[in-house]
Amino acid sequence: MGGWAIAVHGGAGVDPNLPAERQEEAKHLLTRCLNIGISALRSSLPAIDVVELVVRELESDPLFNSGRGSALTANGTVEMEASIMDGDGRRCGAVSGISTVKNPISLARLVMDKSPHSYLAFSGAEEFAKQQGVEMVDNDYFITEDNVGMLKLAKEANTILYDYRIPITGLESCAASVESPIHMNGLPISVYAPETVGCVVVDGQGRCAAATSTGGLMNKMTGRIGDSPLIGAGTYAGELCGVSCTGEGEAIIRGTLARDVAAVMEYKELGLQDAVDYVIKKRLDKGFAGLIAVSNKGEVAYGFNCNGMFRGCATEDGFMEVGIWE
Amino acid sequence: MGWAIALHGGAGDIPKDLPPELREPREACLRYCLKMGIDALKAQKSPLDVVELVVRELENNPYFNAGRGSVLTSNGIVEMEACIMDGITKNCGAVSGLTTVVNAISLARLVMEKTPHIYLAFEGAEAFAREQGVETIDSSHFVTPRNIERLKQAKEANKVQVDYNTRPIPKDDKPPAPSGDSQLGTVGCVAVDSYGHLATATSTGGLVNKMVGRIGDTPIIGAGTYANKLCAVSATGQGEAIIRATVARDVAALMEYKGLSLKEAADYVIEESAPRGTTGLIAVSATGEVTMPFNTTGMFRACATEDGHSELAIW
Repeated sequence: MGGWAIAVHGGAGVDPNLPAERQEEAKHLLTRCLNIGISALRSSLPAIDVVELVVRELESDPLFNSGRGSALTANGTVEMEASIMDGDGRRCGAVSGISTVKNPISLARLVMDKSPHSYLAFSGAEEFAKQQGVEMVDNDYFITEDNVGMLKLAKEANTILYDYRIPITGLESCAASVESPIHMNGLPISVYAPETVGCVVVDGQGRCAAATSTGGLMNKMTGRIGDSPLIGAGTYAGELCGVSCTGEGEAIIRGTLARDVAAVMEYKELGLQDAVDYVIKKRLDKGFAGLIAVSNKGEVAYGFNCNGMFRGCATEDGFMEVGIWE
Repeated sequence: MGWAIALHGGAGDIPKDLPPELREPREACLRYCLKMGIDALKAQKSPLDVVELVVRELENNPYFNAGRGSVLTSNGIVEMEACIMDGITKNCGAVSGLTTVVNAISLARLVMEKTPHIYLAFEGAEAFAREQGVETIDSSHFVTPRNIERLKQAKEANKVQVDYNTRPIPKDDKPPAPSGDSQLGTVGCVAVDSYGHLATATSTGGLVNKMVGRIGDTPIIGAGTYANKLCAVSATGQGEAIIRATVARDVAALMEYKGLSLKEAADYVIEESAPRGTTGLIAVSATGEVTMPFNTTGMFRACATEDGHSELAIW
């Protein structure tokens, strides 16, 4: 009982044919971020500060779909969103439609701490960012060559999905048989950018916090908001736990996934792992998603019903694990 | 069993001495909308259609904080948001940051039915509205003199509070804007038909003098709006409090996970989860029950059930 615990994720729904070196890169990044969080926890930084710190690191690295390296909108631009919640008091902050703020999670934190509101979006959020003097960059900073290529494939795949005469090219790199390739949110898994990064922490005082950040769905309509900035869907933290979700945004919203983990713990008195399993099994209908969670008792858990989730977790008693597949 | 419907025009610190010229038009609108909703249910319209048409009517009425009559942002413009959810399928649609769309709730429904997404906001939502050919109008259409006055009072109250650190001086004995009826947020409707199908819809202009780009609880599934197979809920009040307490989802969660009845679940959320003075909600269950609890001074509300019960009240 007790002790700190931390989990991080880099998105759920992974191409089974992801090249080995990409898998290694991902595991290194997750390990590095876990270690950053662990050091912070050992210096007694509160949970809310640790989750922000770790997600900043994930945003700054171009590997995952958040901050730099975000998926692109149908217009080829980046629109990022993020949310953060402090279980101690259930304060929260969220932002959407961010295009020039280097670290959206920190802006979400400022919304929580320095504004009278919980959620700011688009030009209003950017204006607030300027007033707060946060680091701003050109939208180009966030765009990577990889994602420009992915967007092109995504657009082609969308056309292909609706035109039966055209042979399905671009999917032959997918290991799953071409007759039934894996799809997430309408995209073949080879071009789907696992949405989101996140971190959940319980500190040595038993306080839980959660933070989630994303560039969103590849080829999304401009103005589309997913689950990541929505408290109760992609992010939630209360007295009992902290949760961050990833996967098909629309499925996570309908399933109010993050809140439901906490709700089954509160109202059905399930333990953390049971709550996570319950929600993944029962709240997703036909949707695909994953989540990470910590409890105020120092436990850590994760679950996903799709093909893989980039994740890592560690607890104070020395347990540490980084993984991608089941 | 049997159909049931409830609608609200906002919960908040509604003064008991609300003058007749402010009270009567709102009561009349609630009465009219209730009748519209009842007629639609009797004509076997789906609950999704019923909640949309009732909320459209509430949006069009300038006395409520949605559509025309929306409160103003700190820049003196409107930024409207809305959300709709179908209980059986849990399909939902939400919009935020609208400035020219006459009926935000209908755009939310189009997001649900015509896009692969759930939530569109600001320029992207306005562009979608144009693609869909929904009715748009110059944003000055939504602005009413009363809301211009409210904004002015809110700004002065903020200024006074900062300069003197005292309560602002009331004008003409009306309560100071920030704690008076400018707290009024939102309109909403929940309905269940005789087959137990549920739907909910909520729409709002948000908070007086809000920062540009501020999003409240209304478009956040699980906060201001939620429906599943057990119940349909629409909440109103202080957005930030409703988000933190995931009000609408919690009513359903308590029913599902703790086996509480609709009334018990709604009362629990209002009394225990949401801070006093911040929240009201309307809810119906699949078995035709209805409840409308609030922990604020008042909530403009009305409801009716198939067995002939009907109610319209403010406090």
